[in-house]
Amino acid sequence: MNRPSFLRGVASAAIVAALLSPASSFAAKGDHDPAPKRAWSFDGPLGHFDLASVQRGYAVYAQVCSNCHGMEHVYFGDLRGMGLNDHQAEAVAESHTVPDGVEGKTRPATLDDAFPTPPVARGLTPGAVIPPDQSRLAVVYPGGPDRIYALLTGYGPPPAGVTEAKDTFYNRFALGRTIAMPPPLHDGSVVYADGTQATLDQEAQDVTTFLAWVAQPHLDERRRVGVRVTLYLLFLGCLLFILKRRVWSNVH
Amino acid sequence: MTTAPSDHDTDCSVDHPAGPLGWVDTRLPVVGVFKREYVRFPMPRSLNLLWTVGAMLTVALTLMLLSGLALALHYTPSAADAFASIEEIERRVPGGWLLRSMHMTGASLFVGALYLHLFRGLYYGSYKAPRALLWLIGMTLFAMVLVTAFAGYVLPWGQMSYWGADVAGKAIAAVPGVGPLLERMFLGGDHPGDGTLHRLFVLHFTLAFAVLGVVGLHIAVLHVSGPGTPSGRPPAGPSETLPFHPYFTAKDGLALVVFALAFAAVMFFLPSLIVEPANYRPANPMRTPPNIEPEWYLLPFYGVLQSVPSKLGGLLASVGSILVLFAAPWLDTSPVRSARERPVYRAGMAALVVSFILLGMAGARHVQGVWLYVGQAATLYYFVHFLALMPLVSHREIAAAKRAP
Repeated sequence: MNRPSFLRGVASAAIVAALLSPASSFAAKGDHDPAPKRAWSFDGPLGHFDLASVQRGYAVYAQVCSNCHGMEHVYFGDLRGMGLNDHQAEAVAESHTVPDGVEGKTRPATLDDAFPTPPVARGLTPGAVIPPDQSRLAVVYPGGPDRIYALLTGYGPPPAGVTEAKDTFYNRFALGRTIAMPPPLHDGSVVYADGTQATLDQEAQDVTTFLAWVAQPHLDERRRVGVRVTLYLLFLGCLLFILKRRVWSNVH
Repeated sequence: MTTAPSDHDTDCSVDHPAGPLGWVDTRLPVVGVFKREYVRFPMPRSLNLLWTVGAMLTVALTLMLLSGLALALHYTPSAADAFASIEEIERRVPGGWLLRSMHMTGASLFVGALYLHLFRGLYYGSYKAPRALLWLIGMTLFAMVLVTAFAGYVLPWGQMSYWGADVAGKAIAAVPGVGPLLERMFLGGDHPGDGTLHRLFVLHFTLAFAVLGVVGLHIAVLHVSGPGTPSGRPPAGPSETLPFHPYFTAKDGLALVVFALAFAAVMFFLPSLIVEPANYRPANPMRTPPNIEPEWYLLPFYGVLQSVPSKLGGLLASVGSILVLFAAPWLDTSPVRSARERPVYRAGMAALVVSFILLGMAGARHVQGVWLYVGQAATLYYFVHFLALMPLVSHREIAAAKRAP
């Protein structure tokens, strides 16, 4: 009958509608420069994290970011997911102190403790802008990892005629091109244990990879399981296709 | 197609297996019913692929119930702890990320398949006699599923959860007179909070299992009249039917694997299609997100809600757009069932699908600018289709049938 023409009508109408749609999502385009697209190890449906970069990124996080930002949903035990063994993760945990009881006492952290949230992230510093929690930052930050990288490397002198308010910094990738966070990374901000040269680009690249990993720590496993499940289903589908053909072979 | 009492007697008295199963079967005819309603159940051989969606829905519902039960073991329904308990599930509960993505993907694909099922019903006239009750039960299921899905979306207590509950509360408050009281009952307070979460958790759970029960009813009623056909004409005799097993077991099985492949593709490789990143920000009553929007499957109704320039009018139109579906058997009284044989109605169905998609797009764009007019035109057509086109086409077809010898 006329079913193909019906479907074609629906499809073409949907395409026309999509073409007519105003680019409302780009309404805020003028508020910051668009972040350039970068190639990440975890990009695409089959990408996977460069764990060496994730570990270096943790070093940047621990030595720089965690002074102000919290990561309240991540436990020290979760660091095993980026390739640390129990002893290494315990050693990392023990280098942090967490409150113990109510009398202001502290103790070394264990694998079952969450990353401590610094006072400024808890809103305990009067007048300071509260830095956002970084547990899921790479997922929730508009622009994702590309924009985080661009932001970390995008500080510079404001163009002529623009004066920054007190305690804010010019950054062409920040919303409104101004941000309260001082430039966090410089060449040599951290010392990498694996001997990698700690340039600004390298640090930004690594810490962004770490933030992407911590936002979706099971991404690699998800894709690995997905490949197996898909292969299994394809095989099963072939068998069922043959079965269906055979069962229906006497029906005309 | 109704089963005569004598068939029933024969089935139960002749087919008893030996042994303990036979002992049970004489007292509760499980084996007889299994053979009569599944193995030998006559199915029209002309059914096309759209008739396999029912099996997909059954399997998806089972998956939702099982994964939901497992998730509920780790979830805390309180404003203080809900978000953290979801983080715990995703980060540290063994296999928790898998369970949760299964449940989230399942919700989207379940409602997606439900829309396909609903389309098939409208296109091939499955709502007409003798299947009007089947249609009513199906529409009840549809409404129950939408409410369950909405309640489930609030539970993670992210930004979209919180502000979604807020918008729903304000929509309820638009009911004249009792509105504010209803809103308080829904929210359990002045604004979304612990009370809302407790309510919606219980609602989500209860409705999910109620859906299972009503699905049983849906299938039982289906087995009284049997499925419809793409041509709209019932099978002329046994030569046009095939026993369910093995023919439709094999066909539905193949369709299920194809559905599972689509499921796996979304869940493992393209989760961004169904995951709303904003809901990974914890609920913050002090900060309204710039774009509050529901899951994609509620967007068309959200589009209707926003297209009508009055709060109460929007609520009435939005609820009405679901209620009008219930009335389809009485709006379309033509004896011709399938749209294949009804050119005007078929064109109307195409326009209905287009308006529904446009409504969803308008809903996602908050009916701003030109989308206000698109949304309004689509809303108008949606109701014209049911309230004018269906009765008029029926009227013409009935008159033509009378003129014909």
